[in-house]
Amino acid sequence: MWTWFYQLASPKWFYQFSTRLLPWFRWITGLLFLLGLALGLLFSQVDYQQGNTVRILYIHVPAAFMGMFAYVVMAITGAIGFVWRIKMAHIVSVSCASVGALFTLLALITGAVWGKPTWGTYWIWDARLTSFLILFFLYLGFMALHNAFDDKKTADRAAAVLAIVGLVNIPIIHFSVEWWNTLHQGATISKFEKPSMDADMLAALLVMLAAYQFYFLTALMQRVRAEILVREKLSGWVQKLVTGNNS
Amino acid sequence: MAMKPHRKKRLTAILLSIVGIGTVVGLVLYASDQKMNLFITPSEVNAGHAPKDRIFRIGGLVKEGSVKKSSTTLLTEFIVTDMVADVYITYDKLMPDLFREGQGVVAMGRLNDKGVFVATDVLAKHDEEYRAPEVIDALERAGHPQEAKQQAEQLNSVDNQNESATNGNN
Repeated sequence: MWTWFYQLASPKWFYQFSTRLLPWFRWITGLLFLLGLALGLLFSQVDYQQGNTVRILYIHVPAAFMGMFAYVVMAITGAIGFVWRIKMAHIVSVSCASVGALFTLLALITGAVWGKPTWGTYWIWDARLTSFLILFFLYLGFMALHNAFDDKKTADRAAAVLAIVGLVNIPIIHFSVEWWNTLHQGATISKFEKPSMDADMLAALLVMLAAYQFYFLTALMQRVRAEILVREKLSGWVQKLVTGNNS
Repeated sequence: MAMKPHRKKRLTAILLSIVGIGTVVGLVLYASDQKMNLFITPSEVNAGHAPKDRIFRIGGLVKEGSVKKSSTTLLTEFIVTDMVADVYITYDKLMPDLFREGQGVVAMGRLNDKGVFVATDVLAKHDEEYRAPEVIDALERAGHPQEAKQQAEQLNSVDNQNESATNGNN
């Protein structure tokens, strides 16, 4: 078990291992999206109040969840890199930022598109929407801070500290709809109660969530591979790989 | 598992800072509890907690049987309730599609001299329920007449609104 753990922490080993894994992940992501979009947009029923507007939720809810999920991964791998000085942990942490920011932006945009016909407004400064906007700014801040340093090691540590500090926002986003009066509704799916949603809608939502999850893993893997090549550009195996491809 | 001292120090620093930041943010949020709320309830308004001469938001359910629509203008009068207290609201613009009796709403505006809330903006609050229309029939068959009746009423009012909307367009 420990050898596997140490291998994972080796950029070279990860690069070679992920080369074999990547095609599978791409296929699974594509198929899950096809299935999820077909279920959500074509085969699931309309909502008794919202009609077809409900279909935005199959894009919006997984995007919002993944926006928060990617942030947690970014903060935890950042912390691991900070404490144990593991290069690969920082590479994963840094690679999470742009993918997570994309999820967050998508959730903000689809939420606005849903809000106009349902609530009557694109945006409102309630606790849920505001804290989620802060999440987006945290991602932007993380990327800006990481780019502000020439030295990668300093950049990694500074950005990791920012990610850990911003972690406090995640429970605030989650519980905002319970702690305060908000326009945003509470959670539909919770671990302890029966979801207040019909089975076909729930199935579509869960497949879409799996699709987003695999998209995240695929995109993250590709970003990590690119980051490895940049950081290891002076090492023998990368130079061999690059010149080998060119000849 | 034995940890090297400098790593242990860094890990402790991180854990302590998470606890510290969490406490600080928690205290700040707790202290500004009222400001974090988007709206206040009818009970709070009746208890005199509503700001005078300032715009604020009020949230609650549209009371059953309280909606009066003007036949010539867009003016709508209704009561918003939290099942304890009621507040009269008037609004003279187009209502959101989801507005109907029993629906959660958030209205922005101010109280006039008579204690009527004059709204400048009304938003519909969506709940966390997502149901297909057919489910209402199913509930009735399964022997939940109360819930089925409730949902059927909501569905009817949606249909009525859609009908009146199409009629209006014609």
